[in-house]
Amino acid sequence: MNEVRQNPAYTEFRPRWYRAQVSTWWWLGRWSYLKFILREISSVFVAWFVAELLLALSALSSGPGDYGEFQDFLRNPFVVATNVVSLFFVIFHAVTWFNLAPKAMAVRVGGKRIPDLWIEGPNYLAWAVVSAIVAWFLLRA
Amino acid sequence: MKRSNEPVLWVLFSAGGVVAAFLIPVLLFLLFLAFPLGWLKPPSYESLLSLVRLPITRLVLFALCFFSLFHWAHRFRYTLYDGLQIKHLNQLIFPFCYGGALVGTAVAAYILWNI
Repeated sequence: MNEVRQNPAYTEFRPRWYRAQVSTWWWLGRWSYLKFILREISSVFVAWFVAELLLALSALSSGPGDYGEFQDFLRNPFVVATNVVSLFFVIFHAVTWFNLAPKAMAVRVGGKRIPDLWIEGPNYLAWAVVSAIVAWFLLRA
Repeated sequence: MKRSNEPVLWVLFSAGGVVAAFLIPVLLFLLFLAFPLGWLKPPSYESLLSLVRLPITRLVLFALCFFSLFHWAHRFRYTLYDGLQIKHLNQLIFPFCYGGALVGTAVAAYILWNI
């Protein structure tokens, strides 16, 4: 069977298909569209965090001098601003992720969907517990 | 029909979404804001190094880097497709996203192995 290709060759015998033109900025038109794009953009800040974490680990393994320099880098106003924005986005990612969980996991008990809160609740609780454990290890060290 | 590798990429995306949601906010807040800016007492260099050197910490940090990077790769790829409608640049976007995630994972493995 012939697949429908992304960019088929057009000839004068085969006219161009009709496709509605959508503006590149379609997601600015409505708050729910913008929220969707912001949620997707959060992945860039997830990647930035990983890059920063790798820089931190690399400085940590090079010695106290390099680690001190990395701490100075983290105090640079631009880096602080980037990290504040990143914190907003990673929290936005977490909240939207946990709110999506009940939609991804359709758990039925006795033929009926269980309330969304039964899935969201444990997720938020686990988030709080994991955060507390990580904070305990770092603050105690 | 050609077998698609999309399910594998989606599972990595999904696992990364979970790991990132649970671990990144607290780590970002403490390590990159609260400690360097002096809001909370930072751990000493030696204690942080010995904490990171524990096998369990290395494993968790590796999993965090690996899954989060593939989470980024998948989501960013679709942001470019849907947001900017540049799916025709797939041959550029696909290797950039997943190749970037692979390189990042290799760097993470190297650093965590040798730390």
